[in-house]
Amino acid sequence: MPERSSVPKPNRTVSRYALRLVALVYLLFLLVLPVALICWQTFKDGLGPFFDALTTHDALHAFQVTFIVALWAVALNTVFGIGAAILLVRHQFPGKRILNAVIDLPLAVSPVVVGLALILVYGKFSSFGGWLEDNGIQIIFSTPGMVLATVFVSLPLVVRAVVPVLEELGDEQEQAAQTLGAGRWQTFRRITIPGIRSALAYGIVLCLARALGEYGAVAVVSGRLVGQTQTLTLYVEERFQNFEQPAAFAAATALALIAIISLLVIKLLQRKAD
Amino acid sequence: MGHSTRTIAAMAALGISMSLAACGSGSSGSDSGSGGKKVQLALVAYSTPQAAFQQLIKAFQKTPAGKNITFTQSYGASGDQSRSVASGLKADIVDFSLEPDVTRLVKAGLVASDWNSNPQHGFITDSVVTITTRKGNPKNLKTWTDLIKPGIQVITPNPSTSGGARWNILAGYGAQSNKGADQPAGVAYLKSLLKNVPVQDDSGRKALQTFVGGKGDAVITYENEALFAKQKGQPVDYTIPDSTILIENPIAVTKNSAHPAEAKAFLDYLYSPAGQAIWVKNGYRPTVQGVEGADKFPKPAGLFTIKDLGGWDKVTTEFFDPQKGIVTGIEKSLGVSTGK
Amino acid sequence: MTSDILETDSAGSGTPPGPARPVARRRSPSAPTALGLGSAVIFLSLIVLIPLAAVIWKSAGEGPGFFWKSVTTPDAWAALKLTIVVSIIVALINLVMGTLIAWVLVRDSFPGKAVLDTLIDLPFALPTIVAGLVLLELYGTDSPLGVNLAYTRVGVAAALLFVTLPFVVRTVQPVLLELDREMEQAAASLGAGNATIFRRIILPNLLPAMVSGTALAFTRSIAEFGSTVLISGNLPFKTQVAAVQIFGQIENDNTASAAAVSTVLLVVAFVVLVTLDLVQRWRSRRA
Repeated sequence: MPERSSVPKPNRTVSRYALRLVALVYLLFLLVLPVALICWQTFKDGLGPFFDALTTHDALHAFQVTFIVALWAVALNTVFGIGAAILLVRHQFPGKRILNAVIDLPLAVSPVVVGLALILVYGKFSSFGGWLEDNGIQIIFSTPGMVLATVFVSLPLVVRAVVPVLEELGDEQEQAAQTLGAGRWQTFRRITIPGIRSALAYGIVLCLARALGEYGAVAVVSGRLVGQTQTLTLYVEERFQNFEQPAAFAAATALALIAIISLLVIKLLQRKAD
Repeated sequence: MGHSTRTIAAMAALGISMSLAACGSGSSGSDSGSGGKKVQLALVAYSTPQAAFQQLIKAFQKTPAGKNITFTQSYGASGDQSRSVASGLKADIVDFSLEPDVTRLVKAGLVASDWNSNPQHGFITDSVVTITTRKGNPKNLKTWTDLIKPGIQVITPNPSTSGGARWNILAGYGAQSNKGADQPAGVAYLKSLLKNVPVQDDSGRKALQTFVGGKGDAVITYENEALFAKQKGQPVDYTIPDSTILIENPIAVTKNSAHPAEAKAFLDYLYSPAGQAIWVKNGYRPTVQGVEGADKFPKPAGLFTIKDLGGWDKVTTEFFDPQKGIVTGIEKSLGVSTGK
Repeated sequence: MTSDILETDSAGSGTPPGPARPVARRRSPSAPTALGLGSAVIFLSLIVLIPLAAVIWKSAGEGPGFFWKSVTTPDAWAALKLTIVVSIIVALINLVMGTLIAWVLVRDSFPGKAVLDTLIDLPFALPTIVAGLVLLELYGTDSPLGVNLAYTRVGVAAALLFVTLPFVVRTVQPVLLELDREMEQAAASLGAGNATIFRRIILPNLLPAMVSGTALAFTRSIAEFGSTVLISGNLPFKTQVAAVQIFGQIENDNTASAAAVSTVLLVVAFVVLVTLDLVQRWRSRRA
């Protein structure tokens, strides 16, 4: 921890307060007030209406859809994330830089473009998507499409969390285990995974938070099917557009609470990793 | 030892919960009855009747005919929804804002050509075009000519996607052109009106949203939308101009429906007195006689229909043809997207 | 493509280059299994590469004339212009405010700082539609503060400022934390004022992180959709950002035009990120 200089000169104090003031005011209007307002709006009539709004049939269904999609996305991205991290850190191959860059690609793509991209490949009117639909597999306007969209947007998160730790660990332990006769899978299970446990947990929580909160991409691939492919984020928008403000705010607050809890868990995991 | 067992246990738990959730999601939609084979119908509708359908579906499921029927529902701009169904969106029942959106499906072979052979000519609900303003009507906007005053901002959706937009435009046109007799006057009116429109949303509902969100001095919208907004406590008032068009919303069962009998049963319920009463409660004018509550709807003195303007075929070609339509031309000159 | 053995930036293009790691510690890495590499490539292709390629393909499919026409329709052009201009402004505001906030979080101390520090990440975790709803409530028509930013460009900027808040802060913070204070203290003891110390000693060290964070904030900002949908409404030529315009085109089944505008966004983001990567490489080679 860097030491703080403990003798503030007078002009330093003034500039310090000025900076602090500017930062706090900016954050107040941009961050603190919005969150406070939505909590107030939701709870001003008490907890009863809040729970009532969240336990309607459509709201519960939205919760269900959201969690199913998020869990699938997290599972897929975790498997991919660990595999890709190992590929990037422990192996060498031509095109490694490209792989690296492609993994980072989703961060730069607008969610709406993600949705469009998936429709163009898996939609009913594309050759591949059409063939799938003829064989009974519907991707767009159905859960698989939403899972794909969510996987896309949260793709880099697990990889990027695990890679630095995998690098730091070095592979001596793994090499040692292999010379002692352990198989690849054994080494992976007994040495690699435990080594990256905290970073993996951190990446998974990041991925989960992102997956639960996705809106733009699923808005495009879910069609306009109320109560069928409606995640919680889509539910917020739809309730708002039907002038059902209390329901929209309740769901929005639920999502905000999930976000804040994820933040706290991430903070905890970060501290454990250090 | 402990680690891998724990990992395997965690993955197993995850897998089990995911499959349970997947099974659970099978019973989606609305409440279901006991026993019997479940039938799922796909309803594709325009943007405004969602609240009405939610009540209608619940009521229908309480009847013996609707006991084991669940629904998937899709709402959006009438033109967009019609095109989606024509392109393959699954639908058993379609309810659109205006007749051409069903005619498109007849031409595509998805709806039988005798869909409108019943006494109501295929129309499930009626409405009228109204001028909706802020509560108290501070700018005193009551007539069509009020809307073209300089500095007044009017919200109406984009006629290339929204059915409601077409009704709105034809209402204004018909009123100012003596029911189509004086076309130049009507077209001149449309030019001035569309100039006062700062934004043209996709659908009727989105236009109402924009207005309620604070944009514009008035929104041209269906009577049932104005009533819906008022029911939801939104601060709006509405005026039915003396001369306005009768909105007629068509409904049909699709030819390729997997459950034609059940779909027809639902349609019959919607036409029944009980069903029409629910429509009335939601602000729609009934198409069947003798429904309770129907007398609350005033009849404007200068009410005209699309037939007075020459019928949809003539009007669609003349006004809304994507290349040569009169309205398309005005829109293009204003820089508005005219898409399909 | 040459593949380096000295992987100084293998952790990703977004992080500033760290000290070169000793290679001697590791034996030369082995080739991956075909299964491992193959499945990773297939996964990425099915989900990322092929779909994105489809967007570019679709936009090019009808010829350059159509592409140009789609991108230059009044609403598409206005949306792109607005998006890029507002994003530049937002990125620059973030450059200043982000650095300032990072400074306050690292060098200052006051009650509640830890809470604030955690909250900074909220825009990362919060769904964009919730952010939009929240900002609409606070600064829209029913605002308790008496302002009304709904349907204005300032409203769009506010939404974008919210979602890009953490970027510069989080790239500058670690650098500030690691900064060696001795140089500053030496300069102060030699009589240098605050401003000089900042300008000559601190700023050069922060600049890479500031630039990197700003570039990331820019690419995030041009892609933003959910938070602008509610507060900015959908006024073409006034407050409609590119992503909203693309969404409208998709809903109206004009996928080719949507693909064209999407391609423009992708190209802009690509150019910014590649430039950033090149600049970082150039700096690390000079250092």
